[in-house]
Amino acid sequence: MKRFKALALAAVLALSLVLTACGKTGGGSNGPIKVGVINNPPSESGYREANVKDMEAVFSAANGYELKTFYSIKNDEQLQAAQGFITEGVDYLLISAAETTGWDEVLTKAKEAGVKVYLFDRMIDVDESLYEAAVVSDMAAEGDTAVKWLLDQNLSEYNVIHIQGAMGSDAQIGRTGALQAQFDNGTMNCVVQQTATWDEAEAKNIVESVINSGESFNVIYAENDGMAKGAVAALDEHGITHGVNGDVIVMGFDCNKWALRELKDGAWNYDGQCSPFQAQIISDLIKGVKTSSDKVIINEEKGFDAKTITDSDIDTYGLGE
Amino acid sequence: MQTDPLLQMRHIVKIFPGVLALNGVDFTLRKGEIHALMGENGAGKSTLIKVLTGVYSSDGGEIKVDGQVISIKSPQDAQNHGISTVYQEITLCPNLTVAENMFIGREDSVWIKRKDYEKKADEILSNLGIPARSTQELGNCSLAVQQMVAIARAVDMKCKVLILDEPTSSLDDKEVNMLFDLMRDLKSKGVGIIFVTHFLEQVYEVSDRITVLRNGELVGEYTVEELPQVELVSKMIGKELGELSSMGEHEEAEENKKEVFYEAEGLSSSDALPFDFKIRKGEVNGFTGLLGSGRSESVRAIFGADKVTGGNVKINGKKVSITKPIEAMRNGIGYLAEDRKRDGIIADLSVRENIILALQVMNGILRPISRSEAESYADEYIKMLNIKTASRETPVGSLSGGNQQKVILARWLLTHPEYLILDEPTRGIDVGTKLEIQKLVLKLAEDGVSVTFISSEIEEMLRTCSRLVVMRDRHIVGELKGKDLNQTKVMQTIAGGESENEDKQ
Amino acid sequence: MKTNSKKLFAGGLGQLTIPLIAIALLVIFNLIRDPSFFSINLSQNNDGNIVLAGNLISIINGASELAILAMGMTLVTAACGGQDISVGAAAAIAGDVFIKVIKAGSVINAGIVILAFLSACLVAMIFGAFNGILVAVFRIQPMIATLILYTCGRSIAYWINGGATPNVKSSILSGIGSFIPGIPIPTPVLIVALMAIIFKLLFRFTSLELLTQSVGINESAAKLNGINTTFIKILSFVILGVCVCVAGIIGTSRLGLINHETLLLDVEMDAILAVAIGGNSLGGGKFKISGSIIGAYVIQMLTTTLYAMKVSSTDVKAYKAIVIILLVVIGSPVVKKKFDKLVRQRISLKKNDSKGAAQA
Repeated sequence: MKRFKALALAAVLALSLVLTACGKTGGGSNGPIKVGVINNPPSESGYREANVKDMEAVFSAANGYELKTFYSIKNDEQLQAAQGFITEGVDYLLISAAETTGWDEVLTKAKEAGVKVYLFDRMIDVDESLYEAAVVSDMAAEGDTAVKWLLDQNLSEYNVIHIQGAMGSDAQIGRTGALQAQFDNGTMNCVVQQTATWDEAEAKNIVESVINSGESFNVIYAENDGMAKGAVAALDEHGITHGVNGDVIVMGFDCNKWALRELKDGAWNYDGQCSPFQAQIISDLIKGVKTSSDKVIINEEKGFDAKTITDSDIDTYGLGE
Repeated sequence: MQTDPLLQMRHIVKIFPGVLALNGVDFTLRKGEIHALMGENGAGKSTLIKVLTGVYSSDGGEIKVDGQVISIKSPQDAQNHGISTVYQEITLCPNLTVAENMFIGREDSVWIKRKDYEKKADEILSNLGIPARSTQELGNCSLAVQQMVAIARAVDMKCKVLILDEPTSSLDDKEVNMLFDLMRDLKSKGVGIIFVTHFLEQVYEVSDRITVLRNGELVGEYTVEELPQVELVSKMIGKELGELSSMGEHEEAEENKKEVFYEAEGLSSSDALPFDFKIRKGEVNGFTGLLGSGRSESVRAIFGADKVTGGNVKINGKKVSITKPIEAMRNGIGYLAEDRKRDGIIADLSVRENIILALQVMNGILRPISRSEAESYADEYIKMLNIKTASRETPVGSLSGGNQQKVILARWLLTHPEYLILDEPTRGIDVGTKLEIQKLVLKLAEDGVSVTFISSEIEEMLRTCSRLVVMRDRHIVGELKGKDLNQTKVMQTIAGGESENEDKQ
Repeated sequence: MKTNSKKLFAGGLGQLTIPLIAIALLVIFNLIRDPSFFSINLSQNNDGNIVLAGNLISIINGASELAILAMGMTLVTAACGGQDISVGAAAAIAGDVFIKVIKAGSVINAGIVILAFLSACLVAMIFGAFNGILVAVFRIQPMIATLILYTCGRSIAYWINGGATPNVKSSILSGIGSFIPGIPIPTPVLIVALMAIIFKLLFRFTSLELLTQSVGINESAAKLNGINTTFIKILSFVILGVCVCVAGIIGTSRLGLINHETLLLDVEMDAILAVAIGGNSLGGGKFKISGSIIGAYVIQMLTTTLYAMKVSSTDVKAYKAIVIILLVVIGSPVVKKKFDKLVRQRISLKKNDSKGAAQA
């Protein structure tokens, strides 16, 4: 059946594609492994920047790869680029899609052309058979880890200011979920729950508003480092202590290097991470160093406590400079 | 008595903040008459008309049409009662076609097909002999044709009362006659026409009756026969006429002794063909010619208002380069533009700011005129030119046309120009102000200022200028002075009848 | 002094009526809702300074960037009859340049901060001039011309530092962004005052105000009066560039961090609204900088009020939109005219009534 499909495809596709396809099956083992990476642009976020850098570092010529990259936040451009990579004859296609839909056709073509597909960071709505493996973050697990850490602090009461990211984004949904559950079952008290859409200044406004209203709180749960920083600025201006020996527990996400340093200094208490480092896992899978029985591989999520973080943690896991 | 009043306005009162614009004014219009509404600027003519057309709501009085008391709250109301207006300033949309302009905003226009109303528009235009095509963009037509399209629009709306507010101020004689024919035609069909104009001759040519307003009050209603022109003027300005006729005696012999201030050789611009021109100190010269003859374009080239493309210019015998207005201003030239609204006033700014503008620009951005200095300049010129304004801080746009013109004159006088170009300074302004401006021109000349004076009224130019440059088809076709300065000669030269004036050297 | 207050009531108040009424309504609303809303207290911040705190301080402090941008936006609006929608993106560029230069030095001292400020200013002015040239020389509609920088500005900001959120810790920066030791008033508030004074002086010691208004009201007449209209328009954009730079640096210094994606996000619309609420015509011409500044505080007070009411921040924008629509509609010439008419009718009715009573 498969063979028949491939033949049919060969009949209708351009001759060049057939030739490259043949060429590949002939001499693939000798030269560098050709990898096409389709990702969101590094300017999207600190996370993405680290993700892109990680990809470029792992799939380097030194490691025996020939890397082609394409970055866009537009799904249709990504689809076109994927088509292009298939035509150019890459061996592996690595995709972090802008949208979850619309990929069936291209991935089917990839399969027919013998290109192996790995998904990273984000899932796509297609049949499992169309990709080798997906290395993704479990956003909900990330939230769970953070909230579990918070419960472990054994505070007599939890009055939480919850600053959310852009509503509807994966990160926001994952990081909100576990905390929302605590609010719902009454173990924690929600002083205010507002979205600052990742905006540091907005986060500061939100916290300032609570301070001005005179309500008491002892936890700030900000869904990224920047917003945590904004919240802390408001605390500083109003003389409220925070961090390891302070009145208010500060929690952030992303694990930027600068944020981890705040942690190390004791100004913040916790920083969670959605790991942007999937490249090594995929490389291991490609080279057969590792195998996985599961199609979906959940990347290990980290959470750092101010009391236990080390300088080497900052160097290894910190994003940015 | 013999015919029913078509329109009666009784004790109309209109108050603007601080000004009683109309104080119990009566006005009566009968069927099939042409009724001239006269008065100086600020007398209340425009206000009365705007009350009648629903632009302003009156603060007192009543309006009857065909004996019925009506209330007019909007221009649409006025139109529904058969009252149509053609304003002094063109109020059509220059970026629409002629046909669209004729049918825009009319109740039935939504349902009419484009082709249909274009056809209808062409019919009306050709009936009235208006040289325009229905599909032409209105902005591409001359001012005169735009005006006539506005009239055509009003005429086509089956009006009972047609108001013509300064319809002739931008038309040449031929077009004026065409318009008068049209007015007489409408009159014979029973339309009552209210005719507002500053051209006295025109009043006597077509009107049956005259109503005179002064300072917001009714002076009286007269038949044309009982009110000779001289008396009309004195009723309008409230003075006897003695002083008016004693202007403009020139001694031409002395003219040639004065030194030349400005001299251009082969000067041309994007809009003007090359021409030679010179003017002496203390001389008043005029540019005349029909609309579109190139007189405005030529003086604009002198001022650098359009892109200068060639020619040599000397000021006081020294070669200078004038390609931008600021260069002309630095060389002592001032220019009062033809279109006061578009090129003259900064409507939202105060009288004070408008007066100091040109001087301020010459001073440069880093040397502002202080507030107190500006106030004293403004006060000085408001007094000197007798500008009628509530205060020096009043926005200039709310002044009457004549007073706006005086503000712009003040602006240029404040720069103490050595050469002042006045392009149609008296257009659309009242008789009193006209005379004041003419006197001012002569006084400036006496003080040694060179003045170029352009007016559509040849008589006015004959009275003020000692030399007339005549243009036709964008070329200078003659230069008249001394005994040649009379109406007949000018007309002949403009029309191109006499060949002796062709060679101006 | 007396003439000043007279002037305010003769010409000035007319334009400022709407924004002042808006502020008054917000104040009254908050006082009814929570009488302690405007309480101000002194507290010690974490740096050991005694500083002012309270909602009022938050409002005035929080509106700083917006107020400064609104000042520059007023000038551009007046001269060009259009608005610059790239101010947020340009501020991100300026902020990134500022941080880049600061990080280039080994130590952070006053000298390097001033150098960084001047560099950021220069860059912002160049981008301003770029916008200005598109508008004045190529005659592109301001919104369209600045759409270019609006679209690509934040990417440019990203390239400058090559990192998503560069971070700087310095007492000088926190001095700019929050408090100078010993002064209880937030520094951004002082910077707004300084900028307002600079504008005042600019209008006092140059004829910029008159020339800008002339260009905005009647460009053709302005040209014939010798004004270099192209220069005036470009200048307005360059001055806005300075405002953009100052706003960007305040925004950056508040947290000692620049996020090119979120710094002053969507501020351009608020800045334009501040100009409109301040009673300035968005079609250009006459303007009042003071109106725009008040407009900025109206917007911020509205935001703070909504936050204090725990309105969800996603809904805040919608509520803001409703209030702003009301303000702009009330301030529109159509409504003003109707209102005037109504008042006059009332007066004449009363007159008639009294007449009728006398007759009876």
